[in-house]
Amino acid sequence: MSEKVLMKGNEAIAEAAIRAGCRHYFGYPITPQTELAAYMAKRMPKIGGCFLQAESEISAINMVYGVAGTGKRVMTSSSSPGVSLKQEGISYIAGADLPALIVNVQRGGPGLGGIQPSQSDYFQATKGGGHGDYHLIVLTPASVQEMADLTSHAFDLADKYRMPVMLLADGTMGQMMEPVVLPEEKPVDETEKPWAVTGTKCARPHNIINSLYLVPDELEKTNFERYEKYKTIEENEVMCESFMMEDAEYCVVAYGIAARVARNAVVEAREAGIKVGLIRPITVWPFPAKILSEAADKVKAFISVELSMGQMIEDIKLATECKKPVYLCNRAGGMIPTPEQVLEAIKNLEGGNN
Amino acid sequence: MVVFEKPKSLTDAKLHYCPGCTHGIIHRLVAEAIDSLGIEGKTIGVAPVGCSVMAYNYFTCDMVEAAHGRAPAVATGLKRALPENIIFTYQGDGDLASIGMAETVHAATRNENITIIFVNNAIYGMTGGQMAPTSLPGQVTQTSPYGRDIATAGYPIKVSEMLSTLDGPEFIARVAVNNVKNVKNAAKTIKKAFENQVAGRGFSLVEVVSTCPTNWGLTPEKALVWLEENMLPYYPLGVYKDRSAKKEEN
Repeated sequence: MSEKVLMKGNEAIAEAAIRAGCRHYFGYPITPQTELAAYMAKRMPKIGGCFLQAESEISAINMVYGVAGTGKRVMTSSSSPGVSLKQEGISYIAGADLPALIVNVQRGGPGLGGIQPSQSDYFQATKGGGHGDYHLIVLTPASVQEMADLTSHAFDLADKYRMPVMLLADGTMGQMMEPVVLPEEKPVDETEKPWAVTGTKCARPHNIINSLYLVPDELEKTNFERYEKYKTIEENEVMCESFMMEDAEYCVVAYGIAARVARNAVVEAREAGIKVGLIRPITVWPFPAKILSEAADKVKAFISVELSMGQMIEDIKLATECKKPVYLCNRAGGMIPTPEQVLEAIKNLEGGNN
Repeated sequence: MVVFEKPKSLTDAKLHYCPGCTHGIIHRLVAEAIDSLGIEGKTIGVAPVGCSVMAYNYFTCDMVEAAHGRAPAVATGLKRALPENIIFTYQGDGDLASIGMAETVHAATRNENITIIFVNNAIYGMTGGQMAPTSLPGQVTQTSPYGRDIATAGYPIKVSEMLSTLDGPEFIARVAVNNVKNVKNAAKTIKKAFENQVAGRGFSLVEVVSTCPTNWGLTPEKALVWLEENMLPYYPLGVYKDRSAKKEEN
């Protein structure tokens, strides 16, 4: 067991990635994720890895695509505006069925927005983001510990399903320091993947990494096959934490930093005698739809707490088929709701003021 | 006795290129270079968006299709992951000199140890003949129907000249494939661009001045004449940068 260390969230991701056997990192400077790149710049040359500061986010993600085609673990990180630039490349990575990790340490938008924490890239992360029909597996850490743990898990999922995975964090998670037990170091996986481009050694037919299918029924087939895989993922890979839900009459739904705030509010509401619980999706794609649907049969109402103008709330409504009302408690543009604001929203439910 | 055979590094697939297009010759020269260096088994090619998008069907080595303009970045990833392998890109003028200019310049300045074959035919072929960054002043295309107007569309980009001003790249040369003499020289130059990579010397780019009879609206023969009379004066052939030759001189 590793010892506990005090680390910034961004650095915890970097160290966890290295421990997961990732030796290739490509990035471009952007706040508030820069410490991640800086950590990689320091560490990678010491362990025979590759850190490369690309000329743009677009180039960085295409370098990721190149490494991913060889079957090696690879990642990039950025923040909202930079992740928008990466979307073309992410679509190609998804279309060519390649494993890779993309980290988004979200900041407020749209446009250049600000540099303070936000969750306003939820739609982009969970609905595809780039062009075409595809999904990423999207993991949302709510502590520095989870920044590390979910990074390891993300690489495993990417390899298991041969697809890009996104770690959807936010500026708070990236910047705050917490004690963390780093995952054990894994050896770099050197096994040659049968689909990867590594040179034919004149011993096998050539492998082609590609997402171009000019014959529409062939392209359709790849889409259907990919969605079969997504179905398996939806069945097997949902991660979710339920807190005080056993007897809950109201349910707060929140992920990431919003869940940390919401949890405090739930505890305070309980102290005030209100039966409220918290459902914290850890995967937002696949979304814990079944868990929420079951909750909808028990609770009177939901509150979605978000650092956005209300994006996850749509998934909650879909998952619960609007069986119960879903209210939004939010801040945006880099502002974070306070526990008092969430508590107020819970009390309003109880009082029927919503 | 076989006097002329297909290079081992080309598949049996029928090329989709238009009649008279010089992509076929250039593919062959690339394959011959790979064959003669015995690197087929460790070579990985990157085919970008453009006429050569389906080049992955024509080379027997492992291949990667890249997004428009991104081939040098993809090749960078491949090379960093597999430094012992030989990585080449095969890109057109719109791909390399317009949408992918940043990727090209930065791969060159990093002296990324890759080989780039840059096919310059002064037009966007795949999409049906639009103005390229290398279209000549006055050249009529679908998107410059009155001829490229330098007052509004600016001047063509001389990629080899521009890249050779950088300290980074190892080797920059411009060749053409419009006659036997030039084809032979192109073969030698392309081979050198691969040899440089094998020797670990760094970024090598060969610009191949090429024809597009279909979109130029000329017969293949007239296209070769047009190339000689219009393109070669604007894009002079020659070696623009060769660091290893300089070292030998010293």
